[in-house]
Amino acid sequence: MWKFHKWFERHSLILIVGILVVVSIGGLVQITPLFFIESTIERVEGVRPYTPLELAGREIYIREGCYVCHSQMIRPLRDEVERYGHYSLAAESMYDHPFQWGSKRTGPDLARVGNRYSDEWHRAHLVNPRSVVPESVMPPYAFLARADLNTSLLPDHLRANRLLRVPYTDEQLANAATDARAQAEPLSSNAYDFEHRYPGAASRDFDGNPDRVTEMDALIAYLQMLGTGVDFETYQAEAPENTR
Amino acid sequence: MAVDAGVQQGAGRLDVWAIGAIILIGAYLTLWGASHATDSRFAIQMWTALVAFIAGAIALFGVLGRGPTADQSSRYENGVVKAGVVASMFWGIAGFLVGVVIAAQLAFPNLLYFEDWGWTNFGRLRPLHTSAVIFAFGGNVLIATSFYVVQRTCRARLAGGLWPWFVFWGYQLFIVLAGTGYLLGITEGREYAEPPWYTDLGLTLVWVVYLLVFLGTIWKRQEKHIYVANWFYLAFIVTIAMLHIVNNLAVPVSLGGWFSYSLFSGVQDALTQWWYGHNAVGFFLTAGFLGIMYYFIPKQADRPVYSYRLSIIHFWALIFLYIWAGPHHLHYTALPQWAQTLGMTFSIMLWMPSWGGMINGLMTLSGAWDKLRTDPVLRMLVVSVAFYGMSTFEGPVMSIRAVNSLSHYTDWTIGHVHSGALGWVGFVSFGALYCLVPWLWKRKTLFSNALVEWHFWISTIGIVLYITSMWVAGIMQGLMWRAYNEFGFLEYSFVETVEAMHPYYIIRALGGALFLIGALIMAYNLWRTATARDPAHVRATDIPAQAVAAE
Repeated sequence: MWKFHKWFERHSLILIVGILVVVSIGGLVQITPLFFIESTIERVEGVRPYTPLELAGREIYIREGCYVCHSQMIRPLRDEVERYGHYSLAAESMYDHPFQWGSKRTGPDLARVGNRYSDEWHRAHLVNPRSVVPESVMPPYAFLARADLNTSLLPDHLRANRLLRVPYTDEQLANAATDARAQAEPLSSNAYDFEHRYPGAASRDFDGNPDRVTEMDALIAYLQMLGTGVDFETYQAEAPENTR
Repeated sequence: MAVDAGVQQGAGRLDVWAIGAIILIGAYLTLWGASHATDSRFAIQMWTALVAFIAGAIALFGVLGRGPTADQSSRYENGVVKAGVVASMFWGIAGFLVGVVIAAQLAFPNLLYFEDWGWTNFGRLRPLHTSAVIFAFGGNVLIATSFYVVQRTCRARLAGGLWPWFVFWGYQLFIVLAGTGYLLGITEGREYAEPPWYTDLGLTLVWVVYLLVFLGTIWKRQEKHIYVANWFYLAFIVTIAMLHIVNNLAVPVSLGGWFSYSLFSGVQDALTQWWYGHNAVGFFLTAGFLGIMYYFIPKQADRPVYSYRLSIIHFWALIFLYIWAGPHHLHYTALPQWAQTLGMTFSIMLWMPSWGGMINGLMTLSGAWDKLRTDPVLRMLVVSVAFYGMSTFEGPVMSIRAVNSLSHYTDWTIGHVHSGALGWVGFVSFGALYCLVPWLWKRKTLFSNALVEWHFWISTIGIVLYITSMWVAGIMQGLMWRAYNEFGFLEYSFVETVEAMHPYYIIRALGGALFLIGALIMAYNLWRTATARDPAHVRATDIPAQAVAAE
């Protein structure tokens, strides 16, 4: 039996093919079914694609590496559900390219941070975390409030997402830049159209600075919608189609 | 006349012209990117790459002008290995330093965050640290040692003429672009796969050339059998290519911008990422470094590998089982439970080949255990294998769902990673570099064995401080999160658990600093070894490798 192994040791291509076969099996068995087994992602009401402003906020969240200290995945454990809210569903991140579940909680989980704190609290906290949480070890993000949000690329962002089957409409694509401004300027003339295109999305001046639409607006808009989509009053966690 | 001959010889070299074409195309693409940049971050990256390509072109002209570049003092190509040794040491110190800085940031946030300098924030420096130590330090050690080992065990000069240098410099460019990108805020937002789409594409090209150089050398071999270290190197190169390509599939927002959206989303993206992430550990930080173990420990101990059959079982079982272990990073998440269970099961099974490999490495010292007393380099190599055994026991324990419910999201994971990274990867790399410098620079001994002793003990104490503080911190944090008071309410708010971490974060930073000091001592020692002027220290020839034949 051991002599058989000389084929691998004497022929590099056989060795390579052997390696490729052996290392492919695990991934194929584990990953590919996730794309085909229907129960992988629950069917729920209320999960919608991000608005352009939220999507821009999400880019900032990724850019600043928030995911290295904050998870967005509440596990179905008693203490986590009591601390953070209903455990996370797969459906809640189905439009997340990439996912941001995280792996470390140097800070708390953010999967349901939306609507937990006021915009003003977020502002103060992002500018200087220790001004509201003295024991915090989080870095300051005051510079976000001074940076104007670049909205010119948002149509491209939505287009890239649509290519990946995030259901944005043509209308949403065409108006991505104005919609981003409209969400942060609820008194502007485009606000009505925005609310029409993204029903249920919060529209307000998130950063408390009515003169500009800043990166702070975008990030807070994103944080304030996290985990707010699904209506857990009506969600049947124990229903057979929702158990995995 | 001599110059003419050189140019003519150069003109006949396909590798030079092909590399020249790649540089030209690269320069054009970066120029195009810079002129079409949609934001300043991307433009800075493009200009950086363009400067690198221009420098590459100038260097290439130098090569052309000089004619044949081969260093004829050895039958082997040593230059690129030497460069790899220097780069490993440089990036290692840079990576450890950033690690100490971010550890100190968590211990003293008021002192080490600067309001106006977003690029110094933890979120940007942490990927810089992980990539610098894994890909810059670890990657350079792997490329340098693999180029050294494959030549000796095949008794053949490195294939491809100038292509190994292309691999080396291409890889350094990848590191510089990725690292400066993190500081600018350029990231794909998934751990250990943070470099942006264009850097990923560049790395893919470099990696394919790396595979071809390695294979080309194997094809030229004068040994019947491919030595076991090369199986591991090959598995590392091939599998990392597969993981890198699949996990980084993405749609760029525009060709003039850095941001891209990954092909997969949510739960599928999560599993793909941890299939990648865990096997970056399995194939980059384990299989590749096992290649180092299988060459350098027998070499330094002057003993054959303990068991040939065990190495066959070790190899195939390890690479087969590792690939399945990814889902243990996703216990109790929205990943379907069948996948979590598979991940846990295979992680526990993985304990066996891991320890098989450890036994094979340790028992290679049979009959040479006394050398541990006299040879600090061998001791470093052996202790690295002991750390490998420890962290590959801890890993399966943490992959059990019940244990993971406590350990996940806490600093226990950070401690576990560092017992593997500092103890195993760090020490086995240090051991290999301590071997390589006298061999490559043709010295009889290192400048100072006493300094190796200092390095060994300071770093070992550093590792012990690091992992014990993180064990305590992590387990404490996990227990505090789930603690209830007598009224049935959660006992602690989240921030109370952050506050409780403070002393352990200080101890951890101290441990990291000790590890860094050890590496600085090493760099000094290696520098003095390479530049020694004492002729008594110079030795004339390479010692030929002892390949262990099968059958």
